[in-house]
Amino acid sequence: MGSNMLRNDKAGFGWITIVLHWAIAALILTLLGLGFIMRRTPVDPALQFSLYQWHKSLGFTALGLATIRALWHLVEVRPRPPAGLNALERRAASATHVVLILLALAVPLAGWAVASTSTLNIPSFYFNWIVIPHLPMAKSEAAEDLWTLVHMTLAYLLLCFVALHVLAALYHHFARRDDVLVRMLQTGSRQRASSQAAGSDPVIAGRKKP
Amino acid sequence: MTLHSQSPTKAIAFTLLLALGSIPSPATAAAPDLADAAGNYGITPASRIHFTVAQAGGGGIVGDFAKFSGNFRIDRNDVGHSTVEFTLYPESVKTGEKRIEDFLKSSAVFDTANFSTVTFHSTTVKQTGPDTAAVEGTLTARGTSRKERFSVTLLDWNRGSIAFNIRGNIHRSPYGMDVGTPIYSNVVEFDMNIKGQRR
Repeated sequence: MGSNMLRNDKAGFGWITIVLHWAIAALILTLLGLGFIMRRTPVDPALQFSLYQWHKSLGFTALGLATIRALWHLVEVRPRPPAGLNALERRAASATHVVLILLALAVPLAGWAVASTSTLNIPSFYFNWIVIPHLPMAKSEAAEDLWTLVHMTLAYLLLCFVALHVLAALYHHFARRDDVLVRMLQTGSRQRASSQAAGSDPVIAGRKKP
Repeated sequence: MTLHSQSPTKAIAFTLLLALGSIPSPATAAAPDLADAAGNYGITPASRIHFTVAQAGGGGIVGDFAKFSGNFRIDRNDVGHSTVEFTLYPESVKTGEKRIEDFLKSSAVFDTANFSTVTFHSTTVKQTGPDTAAVEGTLTARGTSRKERFSVTLLDWNRGSIAFNIRGNIHRSPYGMDVGTPIYSNVVEFDMNIKGQRR
């Protein structure tokens, strides 16, 4: 794999962005599912305890990857938006991406605050491997309840933005027939050029025909 | 024990206290003649059943069982023939955090709905020192019975009552209570002050 396939370019995403994107996406959906099951369904207490610990370990993993993703977003080249988007659509797209990146940080941070303020004082034993210290916050029922509410509200908000993001990707793929979805699945403009009809690829469409 | 740093009056007062036996300390717990201590005792509610489960990163769950009952018999001729019976009611567990108490009572740990008691009855008692003994016996919790061992130290006694400190480390996994390991230690450290009232 050449370094040109790891990094983004103006035409598409590199593997670093793609792997981060799908890893974080899988974690977010798993964490939302775990969170719902362990809080909202009548589950066996021992299993519930385990689910909480899995939720915390996966949540810290999401926080780590989301931190890398946020920094990567700041320093890395962003592929140009598909041709034919108006200014409002472009702004809506980049605003949604920024909100997703910020919520992917805020939700696990709020979860960390729940674990840190909880009067249960259960250590965050990351995959039974290392203890992640609590944040320096006072433990009280009131603080735990507040952060639980914040964590939950932000998580549902994140779910809404994920849904919006998915619908937009599907709209691009099926209605606009551009490469917005496909370029998050594979790297390199050359690959796409050979696998797609020339007319639907803005990189090709932008070129002068011989 | 260093008394050098204390004022003479304090030292004298302290010695008097020791002599009067009004504070429980190993110094006051000179083993009584077996004939004097022998007899049947009921375990009184003034006893304290304290436990600690260490957790990763330090600290742990610390609590007490408020409800228990039991009795013991100190044999007149041979400490080794003494016996003890003890029953603990895990629904009385107190940790200062209701959610932890509810969890301990739930099917995850004690399952108090199906197993309302934890019992111990001794099988052997061995004197290990002038005021210490090792008690082995059968501990039954959650339908599982296993041999466990506790070490006993005499704290205090008089003609009507006797007090012991009893310590033992019990592994919880054999009793089907391994939930939460390794965040929470598999070992429950019991530190009990048992007071017996002569019957």
